[in-house]
Amino acid sequence: MRYKTFLLFLILALVLVACGGGNNAATNTEPVAPAEEEAAPAQEEAPAEAEEMANQVEVFSWWTGGGEAAGLEAMIKVFNEKYPDIEFINAAVAGGAGTNARAVLATRLQAGDAPDSWQGHAGQELIGTYVAAGQLEPVNFLFEENGWLDVMPETLIPLISQDGNIYSVPVNIHRANVLWNNPTVLAENGIDVPTTLDEWFTAMDALQAAGMEAPLAMGEQWTAMHLFETILLASLGADDYNALWDGGKSWSEPEVAAALENFAKVLSYTNSDASALSWQDAAQLVVNGDAAFNVMGDWAEGYFREIGFEPNSGYGWSPVPGTNGNFQFLSDSFVLPVGAPHREAAIAWLTVAGSREGQDAFNPVKGSIPARSDGDRALYGEYLLSAMDDWSNNTVVGSLTHGVVANDSWKSEIDTALGLFLVDKDAATFQTALATACTSSGPCQ
Amino acid sequence: MTAIQSRKRYFFYIPLVLMAIFYLIPIYIMLVTGFKSFAEVDLQTMWRLPQGIHFDNFVEAFTKLAPHLWNSIKLVIPAAIISSILGSLNGFVLARWKFPGADVIFPVLLFGMFIPYQSILIPLVQFMREINLYGGVWGLVLTHVIYGIPITTLTFRNYYATVPKELIESAKIDGASMMRTYFYILLPLSLPSFVVVLIWQFTSAWNDFLFAVVLTSPENWPITVALNNMAGSQIIAWNVQMAGSFIAAVPTLLVYIFLGRYFLRGLMSGALKG
Amino acid sequence: MQSRKDQLLGLALVSPSILAVLIFVYGFIAWSGRVSLSQWKGLMPDYTWAGLQNYIGLFTDPRFRIDIRNTVVFTVLFVGGCLVLGLTLAILLDQGLRGEGFFRSLYLFPMAISFIVTGVVWRWLMNPAQGSRISGLNLIFDQLGLDFLINKWHTTPEWGIAFIAIPAIWQMSGYTMALYLGGLRAIPESLREAARVDGASEFAMYRRIILPLLSPITLSAMIILGHISLKVFDLIVAVAGKQIPLDVPAIYMWTTTFDGNFYGRGASIGILLLLSVAVLVIPYLRYTLKNEAEL
Repeated sequence: MRYKTFLLFLILALVLVACGGGNNAATNTEPVAPAEEEAAPAQEEAPAEAEEMANQVEVFSWWTGGGEAAGLEAMIKVFNEKYPDIEFINAAVAGGAGTNARAVLATRLQAGDAPDSWQGHAGQELIGTYVAAGQLEPVNFLFEENGWLDVMPETLIPLISQDGNIYSVPVNIHRANVLWNNPTVLAENGIDVPTTLDEWFTAMDALQAAGMEAPLAMGEQWTAMHLFETILLASLGADDYNALWDGGKSWSEPEVAAALENFAKVLSYTNSDASALSWQDAAQLVVNGDAAFNVMGDWAEGYFREIGFEPNSGYGWSPVPGTNGNFQFLSDSFVLPVGAPHREAAIAWLTVAGSREGQDAFNPVKGSIPARSDGDRALYGEYLLSAMDDWSNNTVVGSLTHGVVANDSWKSEIDTALGLFLVDKDAATFQTALATACTSSGPCQ
Repeated sequence: MTAIQSRKRYFFYIPLVLMAIFYLIPIYIMLVTGFKSFAEVDLQTMWRLPQGIHFDNFVEAFTKLAPHLWNSIKLVIPAAIISSILGSLNGFVLARWKFPGADVIFPVLLFGMFIPYQSILIPLVQFMREINLYGGVWGLVLTHVIYGIPITTLTFRNYYATVPKELIESAKIDGASMMRTYFYILLPLSLPSFVVVLIWQFTSAWNDFLFAVVLTSPENWPITVALNNMAGSQIIAWNVQMAGSFIAAVPTLLVYIFLGRYFLRGLMSGALKG
Repeated sequence: MQSRKDQLLGLALVSPSILAVLIFVYGFIAWSGRVSLSQWKGLMPDYTWAGLQNYIGLFTDPRFRIDIRNTVVFTVLFVGGCLVLGLTLAILLDQGLRGEGFFRSLYLFPMAISFIVTGVVWRWLMNPAQGSRISGLNLIFDQLGLDFLINKWHTTPEWGIAFIAIPAIWQMSGYTMALYLGGLRAIPESLREAARVDGASEFAMYRRIILPLLSPITLSAMIILGHISLKVFDLIVAVAGKQIPLDVPAIYMWTTTFDGNFYGRGASIGILLLLSVAVLVIPYLRYTLKNEAEL
C-alpha cells in the first residue's frame, strides 16, 4: 500500500501547487489559506491527542433516539461517575435497525480501525460475523472477576459463547414472542386471549366476521420476519425449533411445511398496507382499536406507555399463541475487540455494562429487563416484572430476526426468501429457499 | 409570441401554478409540522396549520444540529472551491490546450461520474486510513473534490469549447503563454460556469450522507448524519425532526434563492449540457 | 502549433486529477472487480478465486430478476416523466409570461434538497391507508372529491415501484426544465417566424422544428437522469424501507454486502451496475466527441 501513499502525497502537492497558481491571478485565495491553517495545528495537536487517548473510550452503537438513547445516556452517567477521568465517546449511528451502523462498523473493522467496544445482538450475529473473523477477545475473565456467572442465567451463557469462550457482555433481555392485544376490542367481541394457533385463528375469523378487515397488525418486511419466527416456534415447539438452527432438523421436513402453512394463514389476517408501516405504526393500530393483535418484541410496551396507554386497560399481552412456556429472547451486548485502542477503558465500560448498577440504570429507561437476575424489582413496571418472572422459569429460545440463532449471511438469505414469499405466497418455493439457505450459510450439509 | 392572444396566455398559468403547488407540497408539510406541538403531530391532521407557533422545535433542533452545521460548512466550502478550480484547469487544458491523448483522457475522467458510490466504500475507507485522512473533515473534502472532478471538468470543458478559437489564437500571436491565456482570457469569461459548478458541488457535498457516515468520526459528522441520527428508534418527535430537516435544507435553499438566477443562466448557457 | 513546454505544462495541470481519478475510480473499480471474482463471504477479506460464480448466481437469483425489472420500470417512468414534464414546463415558460423567473427558480429548488431531508415527508404523502386512517395525498383527494385518484401508492401490488418515480420526478424535473429552457432560448426567433409565415400552426412548429432541434438536449438529459435512476437507493429506502417488491440493484448490493456479509456477491452487483452505466454512457460519449470533431 505504500506506493499509494506516495501517489497521494504527490497529488496533494500538485493540488497545492495548482491552487498556488491561482493565487498569482489574485483570485480564489480562500482554498489555500484554510488548508494550510488547518494542516499546521493538526500536526501540533497530534502528540497532545496521543496523551489524551489513554483516557477515552469510543463505544459504537445504533442507539441514537428514544428509550434506547436515553438508556445509554443513563448508563454513561453511571460510567462517568465511576471513571470520571475516562472520556466517553458515543459513536452511535442511526438507521434501518442498525444497518447503517453495521456498514460503518464493517468498513472500520476491515480498515483496522476498531472502536473500543460496540453493540451487537448476543448470539450468532456476533459469533458468526465478528468471532468468525477473529475480531473479538473472549471476556470470560470479566465474568469470573465480577461474579457474573452467578447472576446471569445459565441458559444465556451458551448462546453468547463459542467453544467455552464468552464473547460479549449482555446488558438487557427483550422478549420477541409477545402477542399484544387490545382488551377493549377483545371484550366487545367476547374473545378470550388465544393460547393456541387454532384459538387464535378462530378469534380472528370472528373479528373479521364482525367487520374488522385486518385483525392482526403488521408492519414492514422485518416485522414479517419477526412474526415468522414466532409462528415457526409455535408450530414446531422449542426442541424442533432449536434443532432447525443447529442443523439437527432439516428444513425440508413436512413439519416445516405445516409451519409455513400456518404462517401463510396468519398473514391472511394482516393489513394490506403493512409494507408502508413501521413497527410503531403497526403497534399503534392495536391500541387505537384498528386492529386487535400485533406480534412484536416487548420494546412495544415502552412505546405504548410513551404514547399514553396503560397496561391492561390500553393494551394486554400474552405469549404468541402456541408458544406458552417459551421465552424467545434477544439481547443487546457489548464486546471487547482484539486490539482495542484503549483496552483498559473498554474493560471499564464492559464492567459497568455488566454491573447491576449499570443494567438497572439502562433497562428501566430502555424498557427491557436486565440480563442479570438480581435487578432491583422496584424499578420495573408491571409488564417488565412479568417478563422477569417468565425469563427465570420459561424455556429460553433465541430470536432469528434479532440475531440470536442464525448468522448474518444465513439471516439475510432467509430475509430474501421471506420477502419473495410475501410477494408470491408460494410456500413450496419458500421452503426450498429456506433449505438452500441453511445449506449455503447455515449448519446444514 | 404575437401569434398567441394574450387572453389565451392566461391559461398557461393554470398548469404553471399547479406545478408550483406540486413542488411546494413537501416544504409546506415540513414547515407546518415543524411549528406544531408534539401532541398535534398526527398523520390524519398533517395538512392542518399549527394551532400555535412552536418555535421551540427549531431552537431544540438547532441546538442539536449546530456543531454539525458548522462541520458541514467547513466541509462544503473548500470542497466546492477546490473542485471548481481543478475542474476549470482540467477543462481549459482538455478543451484548448490539447496535448497528445487529451481526447482519451476526457472520457476516462468523465466516466468517474457514473460509478455507484456504495460499491467503492470499502477500498475508500482503507485508502483514507492509509493516508491518515480517515475520520476528519479533510478526508471527506478530498473525497468530494475527487468525485467532483468529472462533473466540474465536463462543465468547464464544454464551456471553454464554445469560446471562439480566434480569441485564443490572437492571444498566442501576442506571445501570451498558456497560463496567461487562461488567467486573462478564459478565466474571466468562465464566471457563469464557476457559479454553476460551485452551486452543484456545494449542493451535492451538503446533501451527501453516504461518504460522510463512513468517512468521518462523530465529532466531525456533517449535518446530514446528525439529522439522520435525530430520528430515534421509538418515539420520533416529528415536529423537532421536521424543524431539523428544514434547518438542514436552509443553506442550500438560500444558495438557490440568491444564486439560482445565475445557476439557471449558467445552465441555460450550456454549462451543464453533457 | 503548441510549444512543447506548454504541452508539458498542460499535462502537469491535469495530471493530479488524472492520478486521483485513476486511484479513486479505476483503482477502486478494479478492486471491486477482483472481489466480485472471489469467494469473500464474512467480515474479513477472502480473495479466493471463484471465477464467475457470483455472476452466475445472480442470473438465477429471483431477487435479482425483480431488481432488474424494477429498475427498468423506474427508469422508464422517471426519465420519461422528467423529460415530458421538463419540456412542457420549459415551453410554457418560454412564452414570455410575467413571473417566469419566479416559476423557474421555484421549479428548480427541489434539486437543492436531499432525500435525507424530504424522505419522511414523501412517506407521509404517499401513505396508502384508506378508510378511517386515510392521510397524506389520499386525504386531499378524498376531500376534493377526487376519489378516483385515491390509491395504494408504493404498496400497489406489482407496480409499486412506479409510484416511487413520483418523488424522483419531483426532484429532477425542474433541472430538466432548465436544460430545455436553455435549448429553447438558443433557437433563433427567426426560425419560428419563418415557420409561422409558412402558415404552420404553433403545434406543428414545435413538432417539426423545435423538438428536432432540442434532441441533443434530450439525449444528454437522458444520460444524466438515466444514470441517476440506475443508482437510485436513498430515495427508496427513505420512502419505503427495504422490501423485496421495491428492491433495486443498489439496495440489494448494500444489504447483501453489509447485512449478509456476501462481499463477493455485492461487488458483482456493483460491477454489473457499472457495466450497464457504461453501455449507456460510452456510445453517448463517442457520439458527442465525434460530433464535436466534425464542427
